[in-house]
Amino acid sequence: MPTRGRKLHPSKTSPVATQPKPAVSAVEMGARQREISVSEFFTKNRHLLGFDNPRKALLTCVKEAVDNALDACEEAGILPDVIVKVEAVANGEAPPPASQASRFRITVTDNGPGIIRQQIPPIFAKLLYGSKFHRLRMSRGQQGIGISAAGMYGQLTTGKPVQIISRTSARAPAHYFEVQIDTKKNEPQILEKKQIAWESQRGTQVTMEVEGRYQKGRASVDEYVEQTIIANPHVKLTYLTPEGDTKEYPRTYHELPPAPREIKPHPYGIELGMLLKMLQDTKSHSLSGFLASDFSRVSPRLAEDICKAAGLSARARPRDIHGQASETLYKAIQSTKIMAPPTNCLSPVGEKAILSGLYQQIKGEFYTAVSRPPAVYRGNPFVIEAGLAYGRGPEHGDESQESKPIALAEGETQENDHELARLIRYANRVPLLYQQSACVIYKSVLDTTWRNYGVSQSRGALPSGPMVVFAHMASVWVPFTSESKEAIADYDEIRKEITLALRECGRRLGAFLRRRDRAHSEFRRRNIFELYIEEVVESCNRLKGGRLPTAKLKAQLQRIAMRRTGGEKTDELLGKNGGGPEGLPHSIIVTPEGVEGEVPVLIREAPGGAMSPNGAPEDEAKAGKPSRPRGKTTGRATRKRATATRRKA
Amino acid sequence: MAQRQRRTSAVEKKLVGVADVVITAAQRHRDPTIAIPVRSLSNVTFSERKGLIEMGKRKQARSFFNVGMAKKFMQTVLVADALCELQRANLTTSLREIYYRSKHTIKNSHENTLDTQDESDPLIEDLEVTLAALREELHVRAENAGSVVGPLVLVDDGDRVDCARLGKGGYSVPSIVEPEYLQIKKCTADFVLLVEKGTQWNRLSEDKFWRKYNCILLTGNGQPPRGVRRLARRLHEERRLPVYVLVDNDPWGYYIYSVVKQGSINLAFESQRMAIPKAKFIGLSSGDAESYGLPRNVGIKLNDKDIARARELLGYTWFQKKSWQAEIKRMLSSGLKYELDALANKDFQYLTKKYLPRKLKEKDWLD
Repeated sequence: MPTRGRKLHPSKTSPVATQPKPAVSAVEMGARQREISVSEFFTKNRHLLGFDNPRKALLTCVKEAVDNALDACEEAGILPDVIVKVEAVANGEAPPPASQASRFRITVTDNGPGIIRQQIPPIFAKLLYGSKFHRLRMSRGQQGIGISAAGMYGQLTTGKPVQIISRTSARAPAHYFEVQIDTKKNEPQILEKKQIAWESQRGTQVTMEVEGRYQKGRASVDEYVEQTIIANPHVKLTYLTPEGDTKEYPRTYHELPPAPREIKPHPYGIELGMLLKMLQDTKSHSLSGFLASDFSRVSPRLAEDICKAAGLSARARPRDIHGQASETLYKAIQSTKIMAPPTNCLSPVGEKAILSGLYQQIKGEFYTAVSRPPAVYRGNPFVIEAGLAYGRGPEHGDESQESKPIALAEGETQENDHELARLIRYANRVPLLYQQSACVIYKSVLDTTWRNYGVSQSRGALPSGPMVVFAHMASVWVPFTSESKEAIADYDEIRKEITLALRECGRRLGAFLRRRDRAHSEFRRRNIFELYIEEVVESCNRLKGGRLPTAKLKAQLQRIAMRRTGGEKTDELLGKNGGGPEGLPHSIIVTPEGVEGEVPVLIREAPGGAMSPNGAPEDEAKAGKPSRPRGKTTGRATRKRATATRRKA
Repeated sequence: MAQRQRRTSAVEKKLVGVADVVITAAQRHRDPTIAIPVRSLSNVTFSERKGLIEMGKRKQARSFFNVGMAKKFMQTVLVADALCELQRANLTTSLREIYYRSKHTIKNSHENTLDTQDESDPLIEDLEVTLAALREELHVRAENAGSVVGPLVLVDDGDRVDCARLGKGGYSVPSIVEPEYLQIKKCTADFVLLVEKGTQWNRLSEDKFWRKYNCILLTGNGQPPRGVRRLARRLHEERRLPVYVLVDNDPWGYYIYSVVKQGSINLAFESQRMAIPKAKFIGLSSGDAESYGLPRNVGIKLNDKDIARARELLGYTWFQKKSWQAEIKRMLSSGLKYELDALANKDFQYLTKKYLPRKLKEKDWLD
């Protein structure tokens, strides 16, 4: 077919081409045809990477720098300590106020392992260069585009290079680099490099100047920082806003998430082309050896079974398998029963950490978190986690009590709960701020019938009420719908897991709401009679022409009321039913009297900030926090303690 | 005047009795309870002999120390208090004013004694049936929602009202038409025509129908208010006038007729004073479309609610007469209802000039 096509092509086109004047000859066309570098491609298509508009671009730059810092710290086993500084700048003049500025300098400093001198230029000024693409391991970054694309964006919009300071240890010198990307060649250009004195003993600092717009609210840098902290309570973050404020987010969870392992691909997750490539690249000499060593969950015996099923010799050389044979092999693999991939490649946030993050960042009355057991889509293991924060916090409750004396007019109600719940989405601990409605998480939240859990919800809308819904997907490969990583694609397996996690959260919320209502109604029951007795006695007195011994009648009625409501018994009952996370695992309940549940302990870090590389265990020891057994008993034990302290008080 | 004084004090005593219920119960360490006759279809019987709907004996207890009833109990006492105040001051008032009078925020809370008027209205009806006192006796009046015109002379608060000299607007029927407030001085009419809708009443009044046929025209603008029903009853009783009812041809029209004739389910205890067992249904009958040649296109298709209501009517004991079963079934089988206004399709004055004269001549009515 191709040969014929080629022959026919000139004969067909030549009459047309030769007639009046050749517009463009093949030779001329050929002269124009040349390679396109990735950097050139992305210069033109920067929206693919999240630089569509100035506001989003500012966020993307901050996000890429912070993601890299956190990935580096965690991989090196260091509790991250990150400083984000965003400042408005102007060329030579005094900078305008943040809301009107169009240029910003972003500086992100971490206490990570640092980068060796030779690697600094390519990491920051070469697209598709990095350590994360070729391995199957959970990390924030995946492709190695992010930070260099941010640098390139800065270079395009302000002409300023990226400045990097990095130091690998107290003994090593700090290196200062100014790099730019050569967009034609996709190669770094070093404008300046020198050794400098740097106050930090170890870490990396990136500074970029970019065109952007700073605006608060949804999908802003502020929101990104806040949401990052919720899913990463092990991070200490200082955010210096463009308006000159300093926001400190202390570390609330003093354990590094377990380091994820790198895994080999699972046979179910690969496609035919990938299999062909692996067959060519393998170091094994036999087919069965290739299967057993290059895939996860394939034992030598299972490998032989696969070969048999495909009708291929187990000793065949992998390189010789192509064409029809490779296809039968692929089919044989897909139809063989293989164990699910190992899940130690994942590092979920964890129920305790989610709770701690939500509790610290969001005011509420009820918090809960659920981590699902690992599941698999297309051979990629993943974990879904969900959390909930509900209510306006006890402070708000006090306010409403103060405003009690205002009499209500007809048609007025006490609470106007018309706000919709806020959904915060994460993929590998990175908050997703755009394209909410395209995301499978959003769809799952809509599909959950929240009414069953005592939360109202209109058709096709988020549930309404003072509520924040948290959902996180941790996976070696998160299926994003686009390069700019904004929404997760809709796989049935993923949706099912999210729904299950949300339902569990919902059930706990429902239990909490029901219990709170019960306590309220018990209280009301007693109150009701006391309130109404007053009214009835007054009315009777007026009916009797004001000649009634009101005090006597009131006392008589109150005695009957007391007897009818079980007297002292109800008091006891009320004390017991006051609330508490009994039977609600991984939940926190905040009441005006106090907090009950798995409340995180805030630990002041030792001044100086000198931290051992394996900071976590040391902190754990300092805190003296006994590691509690997981499960239902946890909630109950803590509750008892909480109530005990309350009684004392 | 002396008689009136005694009457009011009787009602006042009854109202004070509500307070006595609370006081005696409290002394005996019992739950204060008011027994209220049930106001529903299940507690009414139709007396064939009297031609009236009568209230049964079933009562429901409303007790104070019951979470579900506590608030209602409190509100009942409160409304009784307001009504009693009215008695003592010898004033009349509206349902809405009773609501406002009883409404306040309960001490030490942000709860109101009453939230809407819908809460206080049934309580007044409860007290009416419990104390066997009419709303008029309780000094609660409704809006003047009816009109009358015809050869009739009334005395209202000492003012002579000649209903034949009030133009086409007529006299607005007050809500309380008891003999002590309104006297019938003179009446030369031959019959009373009670029209459902104001528009048809206006048509008849404008055409001076009452003069030609020597009748009294009454309307209640929809479901006739108590004043209109009571006035019709008095004319029927005191002046021996037959009463004819002219309503739309739909289930609601039938029900209006039945309320005039036998009394309502809700306030069955008042039938004795309100109902006119001999009232006749003059139209619009489901057979009229055919006999008067009304085109099918002026009919309205019965909706599900209409059909359900009509089926209910078929089950009422006071609609068991053969002629009535046939009437309702005919409407159901045709699947159409007709408004009185539809007669205008033939001629603006068709009602006055053709329809009613023929009906009266043929004595074409239902009992």
